[in-house]
Amino acid sequence: MSDLRDLYQEVIFDHNRHPRNFGPLPGANRHADGFNALCGDKLSLNLKVEDGIIREARFEGSGCAISTASASLMTEALKGRREAEVAELFEGFHRMVKGEPYTVEMGKLAVLAGVSEFPARVKCATLAWHTLNAALHQADQPVSTE
Amino acid sequence: MFDPHLWRRQFPILERKVHGKPLVYLDNAATTQKPLAVLDAERYYFEHFNANIHRGVHALSQEASEAFEGAREKIRAFLGAAHVEEIIFTRGATEAINLVAQTWGRTHLEAGDEILISAMEHHANIVPWQMLCEATGARLKVIPMDERGVLLMDQADHLLTERTRLVGITLVSNALGTVNPVAEIIRKAHAVGARVLVDGAQAVAHVAVNVAALGCDFFVFSGHKLYGPTGIGVLYGKKDLLTAMPPYQGGGDMILQVTFEKTTYNQIPYKFEAGTPHISGAIGLGAAIDFVRSVGLENIAAHEDRLLQEATERAQRVKGLRIIGTAPGKASILSFVLEGIHPHDIGTILDNEGVAIRSGHHCAMPVMDFFSLPATARASFALYNTLEEVERLFQAIERVQKLFLS
Repeated sequence: MSDLRDLYQEVIFDHNRHPRNFGPLPGANRHADGFNALCGDKLSLNLKVEDGIIREARFEGSGCAISTASASLMTEALKGRREAEVAELFEGFHRMVKGEPYTVEMGKLAVLAGVSEFPARVKCATLAWHTLNAALHQADQPVSTE
Repeated sequence: MFDPHLWRRQFPILERKVHGKPLVYLDNAATTQKPLAVLDAERYYFEHFNANIHRGVHALSQEASEAFEGAREKIRAFLGAAHVEEIIFTRGATEAINLVAQTWGRTHLEAGDEILISAMEHHANIVPWQMLCEATGARLKVIPMDERGVLLMDQADHLLTERTRLVGITLVSNALGTVNPVAEIIRKAHAVGARVLVDGAQAVAHVAVNVAALGCDFFVFSGHKLYGPTGIGVLYGKKDLLTAMPPYQGGGDMILQVTFEKTTYNQIPYKFEAGTPHISGAIGLGAAIDFVRSVGLENIAAHEDRLLQEATERAQRVKGLRIIGTAPGKASILSFVLEGIHPHDIGTILDNEGVAIRSGHHCAMPVMDFFSLPATARASFALYNTLEEVERLFQAIERVQKLFLS
């Protein structure tokens, strides 16, 4: 039996109640909207990228505790990172929430590892990351987790 | 006295455990569980007379054909239709609506015509009409509702005009539980010369229907929400309308004669049933209808009302809980939200307690938009649910709040 506390850790509750980097980002030069058709979660992500480095990342929208906390933790993790690192981090994160072995250092993002015990919630955790992927590749269409 | 515990024995799945706890299945508006009578009927067909229908001269084919057509007759009687050929087998309510839109709709609508639906339709009774509008230049109009989830009938009066060709209306809302005044809508629609399609997908397991008394032109439902199999559903249509409609799909069974120059179509209902149908599904649906009739729809409705009433009273005592859909005389559905907790999180935590509910937009995104919600949590009741299970639901909701708000 999967323990709910593996999924809903205190850090996740904290980021759900007080999401970091929440709100508009004036001067953003990367943007994408994400949508989880399963639960209706909507997410809007703005980035400021300079010289291949993510200087600022902020998000807006409404979602469940997992998707909100994941977006909040992601924006924290992105600041100061090189654009080129992001693909590797996303790959590692994706493997972690699916319960597959990964080698990338996850830092605080590791609190979301418990999602792997709840397959129905993997899409909640990855919505922000799919949206990030779209923002960096400047996709015109809103991304969906479907 | 109706005892759900007796009927529960007919549903083997209700004995299973989820996350170590006895299953409390409250997602009946999505699909109901299947009684032994349905499982046995399908198995019996496969074990004893599995064959293709209608053309075989051998014994198995004749027995299969009789069982398949026997199911059609059961459905006719269940719906109170005048003629058995008014019952068309489809894959479900969705396909039945698409069939009407693509055949009757394409031959009867033109630019400037209007289709009227309601604000509480699910996607199956919205999107096929939007596609028809795109193809014909017709316009889609919507009867609004109030914050209880009750249709504003005075506005419906204004929206029904001589331009209205068709009204598509759900008998019971899958997201809110509202039972709509379809008899009144049919009367008013007919007064302006419009046809009416009633979506009975959410209704047939809870509300007795008589299409002849209602006078609706089309009625659709799905087998799997009526304790029957998935992949089988029904379109009822008035005989004269169905006869005049062009076929939907082409293929075997829907023809009388085929040459490379010209094909003569079969009569109704076969004209609309191209290809080998879902024979076991139809037989299973017939068994489901027998089962529901043996329990008694009025007993089922009274029992579910008691569950809904108890659940509603409990819900009103939960701090921060808001019921979505408060129409009087609702059928079997409790949609709700909890302050500060997303429905998806509610769904996961309830599941962990063995309680299966739905969280999401219930394929009715415009309803969610109306209430400015991304989603709701929805508990929906069936004949086998008990007051003890309502108690389990609210114990689990308490657990959700404890976990989130402590």
